[in-house]
Order: sequence, then C-alpha cells, then structure tokens
Amino acid sequence: MPKRLVIKDIEKCVGCGLCMFACSRRHGEIGNDYSGILPVSLSGFERGATVIFCRACIEPPCAQVCPTNALTPKEGGGVVYREELCIGCKNCINACTIGAIFERRNGKPALCVHCGYCVNYCPHGVLGYEEVEA
Amino acid sequence: MKVLKIDLSKYRYEIEDRRDLFEEWIGGTGVAVQLLKEEMDLNADPLSEENVIVFAVGPFTPAYPLASKTVAMFKSPLTGNLGESHAGGRTAVAIANAGYGAIVIKGKSKKPVYIVVHNDKVYFRDARVIWGIADSLIVGRIIAEREKGRGIRTVMRIGGGGCNLVRYACVTTETYRHFGRLGLGAVFGSKNLMALVVIGRGSRKVPDRRKYKDVYEKIMKLALESGAMKKYHLLGTAVNVLPLNEIRSLPTKNLRSTVFEKAEEISGEALAEHNLGRRIACSHCPIACVHIAALRIPYETEPYFYKTIMISYDYELIYALGSMLGIGSREGLLRLIHKVEIYGLDAMSTGVCLAWATEALERGLISEKETLVKLSFGDVDGYMKAIDYIVKQPNEFYKVLAQGVEKASDVYGGKEFALAFGKNEMPGYHVGHATHIGYLIGLRHSHLDNAGYSLDQKLKEIPPPNEIVDKLVKEEEWRQVLSSLVVCFFARGVYKPEIVAEAFDALGYETSEEELKLKGEKIYREKLKLKIKMGFDPDSLRLPKRIFETECFQGKLSEEYIREALRYWKERYVLPLV
Ligand code: SF4
Ligand code: SF4
Ligand code: SF4
Ligand code: SF4
Repeated sequence: MPKRLVIKDIEKCVGCGLCMFACSRRHGEIGNDYSGILPVSLSGFERGATVIFCRACIEPPCAQVCPTNALTPKEGGGVVYREELCIGCKNCINACTIGAIFERRNGKPALCVHCGYCVNYCPHGVLGYEEVEA
Repeated sequence: MKVLKIDLSKYRYEIEDRRDLFEEWIGGTGVAVQLLKEEMDLNADPLSEENVIVFAVGPFTPAYPLASKTVAMFKSPLTGNLGESHAGGRTAVAIANAGYGAIVIKGKSKKPVYIVVHNDKVYFRDARVIWGIADSLIVGRIIAEREKGRGIRTVMRIGGGGCNLVRYACVTTETYRHFGRLGLGAVFGSKNLMALVVIGRGSRKVPDRRKYKDVYEKIMKLALESGAMKKYHLLGTAVNVLPLNEIRSLPTKNLRSTVFEKAEEISGEALAEHNLGRRIACSHCPIACVHIAALRIPYETEPYFYKTIMISYDYELIYALGSMLGIGSREGLLRLIHKVEIYGLDAMSTGVCLAWATEALERGLISEKETLVKLSFGDVDGYMKAIDYIVKQPNEFYKVLAQGVEKASDVYGGKEFALAFGKNEMPGYHVGHATHIGYLIGLRHSHLDNAGYSLDQKLKEIPPPNEIVDKLVKEEEWRQVLSSLVVCFFARGVYKPEIVAEAFDALGYETSEEELKLKGEKIYREKLKLKIKMGFDPDSLRLPKRIFETECFQGKLSEEYIREALRYWKERYVLPLV
C-alpha cells in the first residue's frame, strides 16, 4: 500500500507554516519556493487556519492536461513530476481543483510528492504519514 | 540582501543590493537605524511627506524558527522622536521570501492608495473606496480577497485610528499582530497609505545542508522541549496577571493601586478556562502563543440571535484595558480589546489615556462637557463610547486626547498622574526602580527594551543606581542583536549567544559570541545617536509623581534613586555620543 501525507486533525492547524519550510528544506532551500504545501488562513485568522496539499488523485486532472508528460499519473494515486520535461505552461496549476500546485519563481510547479518529511515538523499533530488503500 | 525603496510621491520604486549594510549591521534594528539615517531628514515633521518608514528583517528569516519579527522604524508622531515597533504575523517571512532584507517607504501619495509588493514587482492600488473604513479587520478582508498570494503574504493595514491620525494608531497584520507602539498607523495615514501587502515566494540555497539541519533541529528542540518558552506555550503572556497582582505590581485604576481585586476574573487562567477558543502562530513559530478568545454576544433586541467574535488577548491588553481601567469582567474587557483592535489603536496608549481622563474627570480638571460621556473606573460602556470619540474626535478634548496623555496633560493638567515615559504611555508593570528606569532610558521607552520589570523581580537587594543602569543597558545591547536578527523576544532563552553564533556558522557566516556582543553595543550606540540627532534630551524626561505614591513590589520608590540613575546614564552613555 502506498504511503501518503494525510491530515490527522485539521482543526488543530495554527497556520505556522513549519510544514511549508520543511518541504523546501528537503531540496536544500531556505524559504518556500519549492514547497508543495501551503498554510492559509480561512479568510482571516479569526476563522482559523488550514493547509493545502495534493490529495493524490487516482485520476489526476493535472497530469491529464500536461502537454509534455512532465506530470504522469503514479500507480496508486498522485503524480510523478519530471522537472526537465516541464515547459512552465501552468496548465496543471489551473487543472487542480483544490489549488494544490504552486507556481515557483521560475514558472514551474511545486507540489507534494508524499514523502512524509514535513510530518515531523508539525508541532501540533495536524499531519500524519500513513499507508492508505490505493 | 536587497532593499526595496518605494516613493509614494512619485509612484516609483527601486531595488538596491545592500549586502554591505547587512554584513555590518546584521538586519532588523541595526539595518533600520542606518537606512533611516540615510533616507530621512531627521528634523522632519512625523506626519509630513518627509517622514520615512523602514521595515527590516534579518539573516535568520526564514532560515530558522522564531526569526519571525519585522522591525519598523520611523519618526514617531506620538513622541516626535525615534519610533520603533516590532510585529510578528507573516510579515517577516513574506518580506524575506519576496527577496528583501528591508523595505523603505518615502513620500506621500496624493490620494489614498495601498501598495502590493509581489516578489520583484510593486503595484500601487487605488484605495479611495476603502479609505475611512474604520474596521481594520474589514479592510484586511477586502484587500485579501482582491489580491493574490494567499498563504504567502502579509496584509499590513490601518483602520479608523490611522486614517484619522490618532498618534498612537497601530498597523495591524494578519488580524492579530501589531506594529503597536509609537504611532506607525498615523504615519501610514499621513501618507495616504491604507495598507502594504507583501507577497513572497522564493528561496535560497543552503550552503551546508548537514550543518544547517543540525542547528535547525537544535533550535526546534530548545524551543519545544527545554522549557525556555514554556510560559508562552500554555497561557500565553496572560500568565503574568496573577503573579504580578500577587507581588503588588499590576497597575490598577490609573496606578492608584497595584492590586486589583478582580484580577482573578481577568487572569490568563480564567480566560483560558472560559473563553480561549483557538490559538494561532506567527509564521515559522512552533509555539503559537497567540491566544484568541471566543466571545458570544446576544443581539440587543432579538432573542435567540448571537454573534461570536474572536478576540486576541495578551497581558498588555489585559493590563491597559482591564486593571488600569478597573474593568473586572471578562466580557467587558474582551469587548474593549475588540474595539481597540477594530480601530487599529495601540491598546496600551489607549488604556492609559482613558485612565488619565477618568481621574482628571473625577478631580474636576475636565468635565463631561469635554469627555461627552461619563467615565468611571469599571464602566465598560463609557469607555466603549470614549474610544469611538478618540477615533472620531468630535471636540477639542478628543482631538487632544488623540495626541497622547503627555499632550492631554499639557493642556488640561494632571501631569502627576499622566503615566507616560518619554511621552510613550506606560506598559503594564510597576515592580520597582529598574522598571521605571528601564522605561525612561530604554530607547523605545518600552518595557521590552531592557526588561527592568524582570530585573526588579530577580534582585535580592537593591544595588546602587549605577549598577542597575549598567545591567539594563547590557540587556538592551544584547536585545539589539536579537532585534537585528528579528528573533522573537519570547525566544530569547533559545537564542543564546552561542546558539546565534552556531546558527550563523551554518549559514556560512563566521562570527563569535564576542563579536556579536560588540555588535550589540555598536547598534545600541547608533540608535541612541540617532535619537539624540532627532532631538532627544535626557534632561527632559518627566517622572510622573504617581509612581512614587503607589506602593509596588519594592515598596515605595525613591525619586532620588531614579534621578541618580538618570544622571549616571546620561554621563556614562549619552554624553560621550554628543
Ligand atoms: S495536484 Fe491536484 S489534481 Fe494533481 S493529483 Fe494532486 S490533488 Fe490531484
Ligand atoms: S507547467 Fe509543467 S508540469 Fe504543469 S502542465 Fe505545464 S508542462 Fe506540465
Ligand atoms: S509530504 Fe513531502 S512533498 Fe509533501 S508537503 Fe510534506 S515534505 Fe513536501
Ligand atoms: S506545521 Fe502543522 S500546524 Fe503548522 S501550518 Fe503546517 S499543518 Fe498547520
């Protein structure tokens, strides 16, 4: 069974973004350019916070609209991303219904590949890394 | 490190590489002092086109957790001297990810605008439609819905307080964090600047991944496990209410007392038990000290209709709008905090101004003709109306009160109980001599400059005044390093000198504890020099009589002791710079 980044309890999210920074660190980067997860407020922090990341679709629309096969469906859900094929057309960004593909400075996408690295940096038990039914 | 300079008079901007500044002055406070010196005519009127605002972050943003503050520097319309104010939220991280170490704002727009900085582009947006919306929460929401960058941006805005030039108006960011002190909101207002939005997506390469990871983990561990930040973990800063009340240090009813009979009711414990609805965090902070209360209020006329508002509380607000005004009901306190939040006012200044007005009214220095509403300690409704009046300024009295308690007592008297230090309204501690010496010599006249209130609690016996001054200055010097790194002061127990040096090392900069300390001293001196050039005169510091009348933790304070401390400070630290 594939392992996935999952939400344990979204109501606990405080919007700190530690997950986001962890995701870019994975690439040896300080900042958020490479991050595949985004902490947002719910139209203002008075209503709390949440995180947005890839759901690992079984039939991923993002891959369907990619003209170069930079994004291809992964067995068990989600996508494989090959940077060297990407032309930065942003089709995928528009195709993802939940807005889980983010535009990097160079116009190419950043998205979650379900590696689980960020889980250890969420101090509030919002995130988990678990095997799921494909 | 880049500096973005925006000129509101010409609607132009430029980006400069100023590595030199950051290498020498670290970032934050250190760099802001230099940029202000370079950019501003130091004699400028704070509410004129000539005033300049600097926002600066540091080399640890966003490399490490808790480097989450932004330093704002400007000329204060409240004191007429150097203004410096720090805020958390997402501002620091957004500025850093957009690629900047600092943003400078100059000039004045002809019409209301707000600015959007999106990485290397700057946009000027028409704000005529939203100008004058009194509720800064709504201003924030409108702008957030119009602009891009959800999750990676900061929306720094003013409300009615800033638009109407209340000299202690703040700039609010991410709903609940503030550039609170010294009137940055009025400076925004005077420039016709409703908001500054910064959207930042970007990153930089880690030079040494192994080392960097190790230091990062170490800092995280210290923050989460060592107890260095425990206090802020649980009850937030509101944890201070009861202990300060216990040791007779909680300013109550315009500091006529330091023990508040209803302290229990408005304590951090009670708020947590009855009202705490949620906690949130500044960007890159594992603590989440921002405590938000949920307050359910029934509609006045309709049965079974309720509204629920979310109100962020902190110790300083509980003091200023609670004990200082004799407010002992949580609901009343939260309503007052919400009111101040909406308008974007500095809560401490507002509370102290109202406390003075209440006493001035009691003593007949002013009448209800001036205040328009009956003000008495403990009466929430009166204060709710008075806060409206501070913002709307319907008569001469409120025009004056909107300029601060120093000004108000110049005009109406009552200096003995006008609680301002260096013209900045008093923070929530009346512990002992060091507390007040700290406010007076602190370069921001803030309790956070040098934490005199904490020193007072640690002293076994009272040393000669010069020793106190040296200790306070030493603390303030180290805090210049922290605020140049823009590390949250609550994390000062984590970012000890040796950790700071290690953290620098992992980013490829060599430094030592010794060098850092020297930098702190240098930045302190530079800031003091800037203050002097702006007209600061230590001899003009006023000591409100009230602080010598009301007993505190150290008993009755001695005026001679504090005066001696000021004499020593001037001779030892100020005169060599003149
Ligand atoms: S990026 Fe969006 S569309 Fe693509 S797999 Fe993930 S959730 Fe589905
Ligand atoms: S931006 Fe790149 S990955 Fe996305 S659809 Fe276009 S080519 Fe494919
Ligand atoms: S699971 Fe991996 S790729 Fe996905 S957000 Fe976390 S760190 Fe990034
Ligand atoms: S680290 Fe956890 S609490 Fe913080 S934003 Fe991410 S999911 Fe939310």
